[in-house]
Amino acid sequence: MKNFLNGILHLRRGPWEMLATILIALGVFMLMQPFALILFTYSFLVTLIGTVMFIITSHFPE
Amino acid sequence: MPDPFQRAALATPPKLAHQIRGLSDRTIAWLFVAPTIFLLLAVNIFPLIWTIRLSLTNFRTNRPNNAVEWVGIENYRKILTNPDTWASLQATAHFLVWTITLQVLIGFSLAYLINKKFRSNDLWTTLIVLPMMLSPAVVGNFWTFLYQPQIGLFNYFIAFLTGADPASFSMIGEVALAPWAIIIVDTWMWTPFVMLICLAGLRSIPPSIYEAAECDRASKWRQFWTITLPMALPFLMLAVLFRGIENFKMFDLVVQLTGGGPGATTQLTSIDLKREAFEKWRTGYASAYAVILFVTVFGLASIYVKALNKVKDR
Repeated sequence: MKNFLNGILHLRRGPWEMLATILIALGVFMLMQPFALILFTYSFLVTLIGTVMFIITSHFPE
Repeated sequence: MPDPFQRAALATPPKLAHQIRGLSDRTIAWLFVAPTIFLLLAVNIFPLIWTIRLSLTNFRTNRPNNAVEWVGIENYRKILTNPDTWASLQATAHFLVWTITLQVLIGFSLAYLINKKFRSNDLWTTLIVLPMMLSPAVVGNFWTFLYQPQIGLFNYFIAFLTGADPASFSMIGEVALAPWAIIIVDTWMWTPFVMLICLAGLRSIPPSIYEAAECDRASKWRQFWTITLPMALPFLMLAVLFRGIENFKMFDLVVQLTGGGPGATTQLTSIDLKREAFEKWRTGYASAYAVILFVTVFGLASIYVKALNKVKDR
């Protein structure tokens, strides 16, 4: 966990890509879950942030 | 006698030859790549930008003379608060979860069995792989016959197992059964694909690891959980992501089998999108819908590429 936070602070690719992956997965889950319409409403925003973050962070140093 | 290259060089008009000689290697490389880049821009990038632009308007293709108004993110707001769209995404989720679970379980089990050495191993592999070589239109068509309540073999098979009357249920005509009808067909068709990926993963495990485990007196069960599964896991993940992305876009097979019915029970997102675009002619709305699906698939594809790189690094 400490390594992960360190990587986030020092703009390392691994942890940032992991964060973006989690956001994309969360967005896809929110898009398709049957529990709350409000989660569905904000799913696209979360997926979009995750995807854009993934594109940007894949250019960060290892 | 000059060779063909020399003849071509001699045949080139002196003015053109001078111009070509004046180009740098970098320029010549760009000249070769330019048609591909142009095609890519024309076929992929331009339609994407055009779709994003349309998604912010109220454009309708069947009324081209109407004034097109800029509506901002209104189409996105409408889609993301529409319970019908939510329902179609839930239908897609149900389809995705069950097809992937069944395909991974059956595909991995088949790969595990095929990986063992036995007689007519190759024949069985060929037979198992056959369904995925068929066209979805053909598969949809003959499964529609198999599911017929009066003459369908599937109904007779279920009747043989359960004792029920074959004509008493219709797999593609009942709300409770139709989602399972499409899951069964997709699983039948695409399990071989998952099996092939898993088989590649299993065959990449060096036998020396199992020999070392045998020396340490590890049981078969322990070998499976500590060697086979962890080493085949990246391949399994790849299969899950690949099937996930493909099934998220599923259209042809379901249209052929149920057409999205009964009601909207099997109306997956791609079918819903097609209806919005080409039956209701709400082009702007459908474009926004397409952008939402595109971003979702693009996000999943990014994870897929990352997983693929991990597999390559192994």
